[in-house]
Amino acid sequence: MKIAVASGKGGTGKTTLSCAMAFAAQEKVTLLDCDVEEPNSHFFIRPEIEHQEQVFRPVPAVDETKCTGCGECARVCQFNAIVTVNGKTLVFNELCHSCGACVRICPTGALHEVDQPIGQIETGRRDHVRFVSGRLDVGQAMSPPLIRRTLEQADAESLTIVDCPPGTSCPYVTAVKACDAALLVTEPTPFGLHDLKLAVETIRDLGVPFGVAVNRMTEEKNPIQAYCEAEGIPLLIQIPEDRRAAEAYSRGEPINTVMPELNERLAQIPEQLKAMI
Amino acid sequence: MKELVIISGKGGTGKTSITASFAALADHPVLVDCDVDAADLHLVLQPEIQTSETFVSGHVAEIRTGDCTQCGLCMAVCRFDAITDFRVDAMACEGCGACVEFCPEKAIDFPEQECGIWHRSKTRHGSMVHARMHPGAENSGKLVSLLRTEAGKLAERENAGLILVDGSPGIGCPVIASITGADAVLVVTEPTLSGEHDLKRVLQLVSHFRIPAMVCVNKWDINKEMTSQIEALAESMNAVPVGRVPYDAAVTAAQVNARALVESSDGAAARAVRGIWGAIQKQLFAEECCHVAS
Ligand code: SF4
Ligand code: SF4
Ligand code: SF4
Ligand code: SF4
Repeated sequence: MKIAVASGKGGTGKTTLSCAMAFAAQEKVTLLDCDVEEPNSHFFIRPEIEHQEQVFRPVPAVDETKCTGCGECARVCQFNAIVTVNGKTLVFNELCHSCGACVRICPTGALHEVDQPIGQIETGRRDHVRFVSGRLDVGQAMSPPLIRRTLEQADAESLTIVDCPPGTSCPYVTAVKACDAALLVTEPTPFGLHDLKLAVETIRDLGVPFGVAVNRMTEEKNPIQAYCEAEGIPLLIQIPEDRRAAEAYSRGEPINTVMPELNERLAQIPEQLKAMI
Repeated sequence: MKELVIISGKGGTGKTSITASFAALADHPVLVDCDVDAADLHLVLQPEIQTSETFVSGHVAEIRTGDCTQCGLCMAVCRFDAITDFRVDAMACEGCGACVEFCPEKAIDFPEQECGIWHRSKTRHGSMVHARMHPGAENSGKLVSLLRTEAGKLAERENAGLILVDGSPGIGCPVIASITGADAVLVVTEPTLSGEHDLKRVLQLVSHFRIPAMVCVNKWDINKEMTSQIEALAESMNAVPVGRVPYDAAVTAAQVNARALVESSDGAAARAVRGIWGAIQKQLFAEECCHVAS
């Protein structure tokens, strides 16, 4: 089973929770870090990296000797990633979505695809946790192809936990859509509630079953509980606000070490989500 | 007119709280919320919406079942696995148009897609441009560019001296659209291992676009050593450290009451933010006199 750990916004504790759940699991588990713009889970897992591989995506390249400057490629491209000026054809890699339409349409066969590196995938291990992380190269704008490649590394046999990109747009959708269930992480503040609502709206469109985790709970009344009750969303775990947790985080330690009392609860979450599928 | 963009290597570092405080401290700037994916600035500034417009960008394919002969070519052409059983999954469609182009029956429509709504508003600290993306919509980069352009026009009309932009997190397409062409960037970070790592990546991006950068460390006292390490890193990457904000419960309290920190508190964090604003003004407007002279 693949569980997405997601949130409407960054910084709510998605990585903290993904790692804590991986460590608390009683079985073999794979952790996929799909927050490829800012992958952070390796700080907490501290895996021994066994393998590293470059990820590429295809972009068109022009054979000038064959190009007649007919402009068909520029016409078909929806992203203005290829232009023909004065009979010469130019490709703007950053804008290209690698759809292949221009290559297919070129009447003279002047276009072919070349592999452009966009990032890396690292795999490793620590105790019962298999670790896979995608990392986008700085200056690359297209994260979904790398996210898709990272997701392919899931283990079909055992539990897979996916640390998703923040937000509610294409990178988030790419990652969450590929999962069987999701845990939405939020904070007990008006900001947290607002972002949670957006994440819920999107995930309902995607049809993925989900529960909520509240991070940094204080004694005070908070709006999340009432919202979840009203919407019939199961609140699966509440992690108390604790300076020890903030300090552990700053040192790159999982919260399991400073709050071991949470382990039992964490280990149950996959089962509870499974029951919702 | 100057444009300052406040960003962070990742979300949740206090970027929006700090932006809201700057809005209160500056003299009626034009405000822009470019964190279109998870816009929060309006929760603090409570804008009164003046005008709203839809934002359309890109297209989505739609197969007309009646005209489709089920030849299957579109499925072979689509690189995004968006077509199954002769139906397009709008969430998966990238709008590349390949299927539209190559369908032998011309059985695929390609309507423009509405991606969100954007607003011009008034707040107690100045005009504001902000937006809301539809869930799962694409092209936040384009929306961010649109917001900044509109803010520029508004600033000109209102004769504002400053545009304050709450930028997007990350290092991908929206943040690139948030910072290109800005006068300066302030990166808000936290003294954590991941904060340090994210700062490094975001400063690489900023220097790639040759934009002057400043750095401030939020919750600096949760890990003092790391704070020094981060400031040293910033300096080594040509970014100017402009201050430290301590861990302070007043920050969350301000959020809960929909106030900027400097409006609701005179505590340690609020004083730190005032100090940082002073330092930023010095950096931002340092060359102003020379501009006037030349
Ligand atoms: S379609 Fe082919 S021949 Fe025509 S301009 Fe493009 S690359 Fe050149
Ligand atoms: S592959 Fe697609 S997006 Fe890239 S240049 Fe060709 S038509 Fe444009
Ligand atoms: S290419 Fe056109 S006719 Fe063929 S299956 Fe697709 S929509 Fe139908
Ligand atoms: S427009 Fe492109 S992505 Fe969308 S269905 Fe057609 S081929 Fe696939």
